[in-house]
Amino acid sequence: MAQDIQSNSEKFLLDIRDLHVQYHTDDAVVCALNGFNLQVRRGEKLGLVGETGAGKTTMALSVLRLLPEKIGKITAGSILYGEDDLVEQTEAFMLGLRGRRISMIFQDAMTSLNPIVSVGDQIMEVLDLHAPGMSRHEKSERVDRILTMVGIPPARKAEFPYQFSGGMKQRIVIAMALIAEPELLLADEPTTALDVTIQAQILDMMGRLKEQFNTAVVLITHDLGVVAEFCDRVAVVYAGKVVEEGTVEQVFGRARNHPYTVGLLNCIPDLESTAARLIPIPGQMVDPTRLPPGCAFADRCAHCMDVCRREPPEMNERDGHRILCHLFKEREG
Amino acid sequence: MYLVKYSVKRLMMLIPVILGVTLILYFVMALAPGNPARQILGANASDEQMAALEAEMGLDQPIIVQYARYILRAVQLDFGTSWINGNDVLTTFLSKLPNTLLVALVATLWAIALGIPIGIYSAVKQYSLFDYGSMIVAMLLFSLPAFWMGILSQILFCVVLRWLPATGIGDWRHLILPALILGANTLAAMIRMSRTSMLDVLKQDYIRTARAKGASKRRAVLKHAVGNSMIPVITQIGISFAGCIGGAVVTETVFTIPGIGAMLINAVKARDIPVVMGSVIFIAIIVGVINLIVDLICAKVDPRIDLAA
Amino acid sequence: MAIRRKQRALERSTWQLIAFRFSKNRLAMAGVIVLALMILAILLAPLYMPYDEMIRQDVFNKLQPPSAQHLLGTDELGRDLLARVLYGGRISLFGGMVTIAIAFVAGCIIGGAAGYFGGKVDTVLMRIIDMLMAIPPVLLAMAILTALGNGLFNLIISLAISQIPRFARVVRSAVLTLRGLEYVDAARCYGCSSLKIILRHILPNGIGPIVVSATLTLGQIILSISSMGFLGLGVASPTPEWGTIISENKLNLRYCPYLGLAPGICICLAVMAVNFIGDGLRDAFDPKTKN
Repeated sequence: MAQDIQSNSEKFLLDIRDLHVQYHTDDAVVCALNGFNLQVRRGEKLGLVGETGAGKTTMALSVLRLLPEKIGKITAGSILYGEDDLVEQTEAFMLGLRGRRISMIFQDAMTSLNPIVSVGDQIMEVLDLHAPGMSRHEKSERVDRILTMVGIPPARKAEFPYQFSGGMKQRIVIAMALIAEPELLLADEPTTALDVTIQAQILDMMGRLKEQFNTAVVLITHDLGVVAEFCDRVAVVYAGKVVEEGTVEQVFGRARNHPYTVGLLNCIPDLESTAARLIPIPGQMVDPTRLPPGCAFADRCAHCMDVCRREPPEMNERDGHRILCHLFKEREG
Repeated sequence: MYLVKYSVKRLMMLIPVILGVTLILYFVMALAPGNPARQILGANASDEQMAALEAEMGLDQPIIVQYARYILRAVQLDFGTSWINGNDVLTTFLSKLPNTLLVALVATLWAIALGIPIGIYSAVKQYSLFDYGSMIVAMLLFSLPAFWMGILSQILFCVVLRWLPATGIGDWRHLILPALILGANTLAAMIRMSRTSMLDVLKQDYIRTARAKGASKRRAVLKHAVGNSMIPVITQIGISFAGCIGGAVVTETVFTIPGIGAMLINAVKARDIPVVMGSVIFIAIIVGVINLIVDLICAKVDPRIDLAA
Repeated sequence: MAIRRKQRALERSTWQLIAFRFSKNRLAMAGVIVLALMILAILLAPLYMPYDEMIRQDVFNKLQPPSAQHLLGTDELGRDLLARVLYGGRISLFGGMVTIAIAFVAGCIIGGAAGYFGGKVDTVLMRIIDMLMAIPPVLLAMAILTALGNGLFNLIISLAISQIPRFARVVRSAVLTLRGLEYVDAARCYGCSSLKIILRHILPNGIGPIVVSATLTLGQIILSISSMGFLGLGVASPTPEWGTIISENKLNLRYCPYLGLAPGICICLAVMAVNFIGDGLRDAFDPKTKN
């Protein structure tokens, strides 16, 4: 096992293993992540899809160790980043990591920027924090360069967030996330709040910048279209677990899918098909305060078997395409 | 330049406000029972004396004429003379104003200096012992009557312990107790306001963004949260300062300070209408200026506020 | 099971939910109990404390420390302090409530008219309100008191007028926001009667801030009345009122501090109880603002 980790650290940039995260509120314990496994390779574009509340954002906040204080807690598992297990690291270590080696873009660009600090200063703060030796002049030039890259005239850097449109704010947030040229970018629904046209521009720009800095991107979204367009690989999350993982071709090829993924794919309107209506997934997401002993999707699954209610399913892999379902074990077994 | 223009515009807007307030007061006073001439001359005055004085003061004219005359003279900075001692209202007010402003200023300053850090720290350490403690202190300060605290502290520090002078004005030691008592309410307001505002700001997304950039919790609070949380607090400072001028009525009576508060009390008791009327106008102007300063500071802190528009 | 419980909670009316949330707030409930006890003690005073006790002077028993006969001692005229505090509470506490009631009603009418009619009515009324807001409430009350002359009734009227602007503002903004809200339109669309809309949708949402602001202002008014009493405005000695009691005993406080403690603590307790109730109401009406 130890050897396994050793070899993996060369292969993977980020290796999340069996991660459990709980939120403790006044009257309930919410199990947000329940044995979450995910590997991210250097420079790849990974899409993380799932419904609201599936645990996508929790995973990103866990990696940065920014879970809400006193409420959110990592109860088990490890987050291997290079040689280090982030779960065990000190706050001082994490301060050097956040923004420098791992960056995060939050869902709502409108509220992600401090309204009373100029956008230039907000971007430059990353350099203030991570490159204290750099001269002010050089920092300023770096800010100008990244602003140009994201398509904002550097002359506007003295302006304040309220003077920019939503799409431009998102560009500024991306500039902030990328100025330190991080190895990993966690982008949490970066385009959800934007117009479709702006959405495409932002994705296109992110793709180009990603190539330039060779940054690995984890794109968190519930929009399968965006994933198909932008990503190399996909991980589907349900109730705090990755239930399917594979290349975009494997997952979207529809040859072999987790029943939940099938449901998600059926929800995409297809312009070429003549189907009159979309097929929704029946039922609602399982209550994360009371998880069943077996498969969390069992109640909504069309192929549910007895074993699904009794035992949690195991991961089945073929050609790197992994599915967490009893259905496939039986077929192959 | 636009600041000056804006300030002038704002101060001009005070004129209709003052006209309106004086008009309202004038009518209330005119409708109220009691004859000013009788009040000035005393119960033994003859009818002829009364009639002569009434004619002299213009009291025989309709109210609206009286009011117009008052305003015409007020424009020339003549606010009349006290019915009690015959002193010029404006001169008396200006001579007593510094005493009041000094105490109010010291009171506000110490309350800000103490209250804002306490409020911010309470919010950062929400649900801690410190937080509960400061909330209890704020609630107590809100509920304790100033005159009661004033008398008790006077007895303790001035009579029993003899550390401080009990009454009057003079050096800084005379200032301590009045400023402490007068500022107590402001302190409570500062603690509660900055705590609430800070709690609100700490929940904002941009604080999380700052943390994701690699800013420590301390830095996120000091650089990103404090500035934003101060915007409503600055407005509250203006309100509290105006409140201190009102509160001066109590502290100046307890500590025998010759300020406008003590002057007003005597004027109200004696129904010395010119003094009360003048004071209300002057205080409305002072409050207007304070509000203007507050808005200028807010605009300085918050780039979203555009004064030119 | 839990879902059914949640369902039942949803079926409860808004008012029941507000009452439920309020009853869960310990500080607010403590405020209710303290205030209720004070009101009872003051209201029922004639039953166990003869009015005569309060005015009867007894120079041989002046400045007595608390004893079985005089639970709070006697003042320099030999009057029983407990009796004076109890009867004084009528003015300090109930005077404050009457003041708020007047300001509340007047504020609702003015603010409601401004918000409901809008246009010119709104402009004129709000201009007047703005004018009155330009002066600190204490000073406004004092100016009106000067015009009207001393006396309890005039004091209450003056204080009430000084608070009307704030109430009118709160009511107006509540009316304005609610008038245009989508859920009100929605309720109208699915055929709710106007009365039902007002009772079920507008009132619970609109009355919250008004009641909260009335409660929190009541504390300030109780303080104002006793401050005015202390200063000799409105009511004056020998009429007992918590402020005037402290004022008439201030020269004896050094050696008989108990003379000042009882009325002062009463003021503080009453104001604090009212403030806790106000905070509790605010959280109950709008759980979102609760920290």
